[in-house]
Amino acid sequence: MSEFVFEMDNISKEFPGVKALDNVSFRVKKGEIHALVGENGAGKSTLMKVLSGVHPFGSYTGHIRVKGEEVQFRNIRDSEHHGIVVIYQELALVRLLNIMENLFLGNEVSKNGIINWNEAFIRTQKYLKEVGLDVSPETRLINLGVGQQQLVEIAKALSKNAEILVLDEPTAALNEEDSKNLLKILRELKSKGVTCIYISHKLEEVLEIADSITVLRDGHSIHSQGVQDDGGMTEEKMINFMVGRKLTSRFPRKEHKAGEVVMEVKNWTVYHPELVEKKVIDNVSFQIRKGEILGIAGLMGAGRTELFLSLFGKSYGREISGEIFIDGKKQTFHSPRDAIRAGFTYLSEDRKEKGLVLGMDILSNTTLSSLEKVSDHGVMETFDKQVVKAGVINYLKEVRITNHYVKQLQIKTPSIEQKVKNLSGGNQQKVVIGKWLMTEPKILVLDEPTRGIDVGAKFEIYNLMNELIDNGVSIVLISSELPEVLGMSDRVLVIHQGRITGDLPWQEATQEKCMYYATGGK
Amino acid sequence: METRTKSMKQIILSGFKTNINQYAMFIALIVVWLIFQVLSGGEFITPRNLSNLLGQNVYIAILAVGMVLIMVAGHIDLSVGWLGGTAGAVAAMAWSGWHWNIWAAIALALSVGVLTGLWQGFWVAYRGVPAFIVTLGSFLMFHGFILLAVHNGQTVPVQSGIIYQFGSGFLPQLFLKGTVGKDVPFHDLSLMLGVLAIVLYWVFEFRSRGNRIKFGFDVLPWSLQLGKIVLVSILIAGVFAIQTFYVGMSYAFLFLILLALLFVFITTKTVFGRHIYAIGGNKEAAKLSGINIRSRTMWVFIIMGTLAAVAGLVFTGRMASASPAAGNLWELDTIAAVVVGGTSTLGGEGTIIGAIIGALFMGSLNNGMYLLNWDIQYQYIIKGVILTVAVWFDITSKKRR
Repeated sequence: MSEFVFEMDNISKEFPGVKALDNVSFRVKKGEIHALVGENGAGKSTLMKVLSGVHPFGSYTGHIRVKGEEVQFRNIRDSEHHGIVVIYQELALVRLLNIMENLFLGNEVSKNGIINWNEAFIRTQKYLKEVGLDVSPETRLINLGVGQQQLVEIAKALSKNAEILVLDEPTAALNEEDSKNLLKILRELKSKGVTCIYISHKLEEVLEIADSITVLRDGHSIHSQGVQDDGGMTEEKMINFMVGRKLTSRFPRKEHKAGEVVMEVKNWTVYHPELVEKKVIDNVSFQIRKGEILGIAGLMGAGRTELFLSLFGKSYGREISGEIFIDGKKQTFHSPRDAIRAGFTYLSEDRKEKGLVLGMDILSNTTLSSLEKVSDHGVMETFDKQVVKAGVINYLKEVRITNHYVKQLQIKTPSIEQKVKNLSGGNQQKVVIGKWLMTEPKILVLDEPTRGIDVGAKFEIYNLMNELIDNGVSIVLISSELPEVLGMSDRVLVIHQGRITGDLPWQEATQEKCMYYATGGK
Repeated sequence: METRTKSMKQIILSGFKTNINQYAMFIALIVVWLIFQVLSGGEFITPRNLSNLLGQNVYIAILAVGMVLIMVAGHIDLSVGWLGGTAGAVAAMAWSGWHWNIWAAIALALSVGVLTGLWQGFWVAYRGVPAFIVTLGSFLMFHGFILLAVHNGQTVPVQSGIIYQFGSGFLPQLFLKGTVGKDVPFHDLSLMLGVLAIVLYWVFEFRSRGNRIKFGFDVLPWSLQLGKIVLVSILIAGVFAIQTFYVGMSYAFLFLILLALLFVFITTKTVFGRHIYAIGGNKEAAKLSGINIRSRTMWVFIIMGTLAAVAGLVFTGRMASASPAAGNLWELDTIAAVVVGGTSTLGGEGTIIGAIIGALFMGSLNNGMYLLNWDIQYQYIIKGVILTVAVWFDITSKKRR
């Protein structure tokens, strides 16, 4: 028997017009954690879909051997019979059902179609214990955090007797603590002999957890090695393999000179939309200055997104109180429209659900928030004016402006008539950014602007942020990736449980200090 | 430039793929017509029958125009049938029962539509009650109202006046005198309108081609462009010829054409239209983009209510009376037409032209099966199957893109 738990040899897979995988080989040893890294579109997901039978035998060329035995999977069930289970980035759980119902969904503990709930309960308890989740099997999924849901997914995989576990960006939505916990669980599973394929953009994490690393680029397998081999793997080396070029620095920091205060928030308090007594934001006051990047750090659930959503026309929460001043003038935003008109814009962390209309083209998405500017009978000369007349769209103007942003943001697309659902993550993000730039904001809040996009596009977005600062826009950067906040911001606010616990200039902001404040240190 | 080096075959294929829904609808329509032509022994495709066919379905097409907006915005309106019937009945009662001025009677009917739109829009947009429930409520209410208005299965006659003319009348001859087909070979005003329509279409097509070239967008190669122009011209000519060689164009049909043009304009060229599509495509993103979803939704329901009243007036005029059965199942015929015409039941997608062709398609089924004397029970069954298959086809062809 070979030392590999599975081998994929010379895998090629074509989509109409694109060669997604070109002669890729991928071999994983039994009981190791093997990281699969590469930019978006490098072919990681496609490769895993071939492995799991989503792309059935016959739709690709090449060979797959599991434990030395040649296999031809026709669907997911086939691969699961061989112990291969994939956990996708978007969790496949039914939020209104409870843990044990989810765990055995489609695979119920039953006899003659009648479910044995007692047995299911006991088994669920066992699996939950294995993943270190201390909650009742009858807890509904909506009452669990993202990190806990992730663990339920793993428990579900274990219930299917998974021997090879594929995790696609498992920590993308997790905070530091949950991520650590997840990695701990994975190590425990490894010690029990479970093999793990770990797909992630977080290279630091990859180095921490992986035994071996395989890098894909443009559908080719570029490099594969043990983490300790060849003098050890580093982030720089990985990035070089991934992008095929040297990035001088991950973060293009530029010195900015903060000017006068553009926006000031005083005593901002927000209650939870459902839980009556719970304050999500508790008496927060801060200032944003012209020409600075204000970083917002904090653990997930600290209230970062909630703070800015509630500022953005009361788009979150209940019983909101406090004051907003823009250029020294007091403002009341009843809706996002009011905020946009005053020059305060918010780019959502969830571009697919809250940023884009996926079925519309680049053109319509770009101009969506500022159609007055391209309509002939629309009036919006001054920001004070409350009435916006519904106008007739001037297509010529619309095309010109959209072309301008496509060029400025280097959006890669054959045409501005392309539907945004067909664009890559990075280009989608640029379209949303274009939409907000077109509103000519004074303050642009970027909530997780680089989540789920590849290294190259990340870098372009960082450069763009610097460019915007030069043009006099103020930027608020919310990110779960601390290195990003530290690498780009001029000043960092740390939020903990709805309060600002730290306010640090970048020279003083270190990872340790931020974590100290983020965990409530005083 | 990669696009320039594409082979003709690729261009045709990709063009066909992106427009497969529209083409498929046309093809399906023509196939259905040919089948009925054969089965009926040549009685289906005659100016007389087709002219009837167009006339019979104007009220559904008017409803379909409004329903496109409703469904694109992600809602549904079940009330349009009984609302339309009631509006027609109210106008008939006011005019022939209470001897109101005809314009006042029409205004009364229209205000019933507008007020219903306000009522429904209020509950859907400002109180968050699902449109299905709100309009189901109105469906029941207006079924009650129409029974109240028109007692004991009687009918209220409307055999002259503007409402009657609007529903049953035809444009006058301009120069020729006499009956079409007997004294004179054709209807001159309809012919002129037809020529005008084709010329306007040419102007529009060339201008839009010019613009696309100016913007640097892909355009069809000349051979295909000319082919498209010829085909569409024939189609327009066909629609007008049907009426030119029978009794002429009806006022109702002329109104439908103008209404359709207005709403094509609204849906494709105005901020309001763009917002409706954005709301249906992604409500959350639309809201965070600063779109006033409530007010937009309210307006969509007001437009639908108004158009339902208009459809009721057209129907009353065509029937020359108001009856308590007017409005029965209109909402389902309308939704079927709109959905067959490519509008997504999930919102965000749909076109006015598609919906009107959908109305024509469903109307052709009704007309054809009636012509063949098929029993009503089989008509329902066949329509049900065709509706299901047509929507399945629409969904799969969209997925393939």
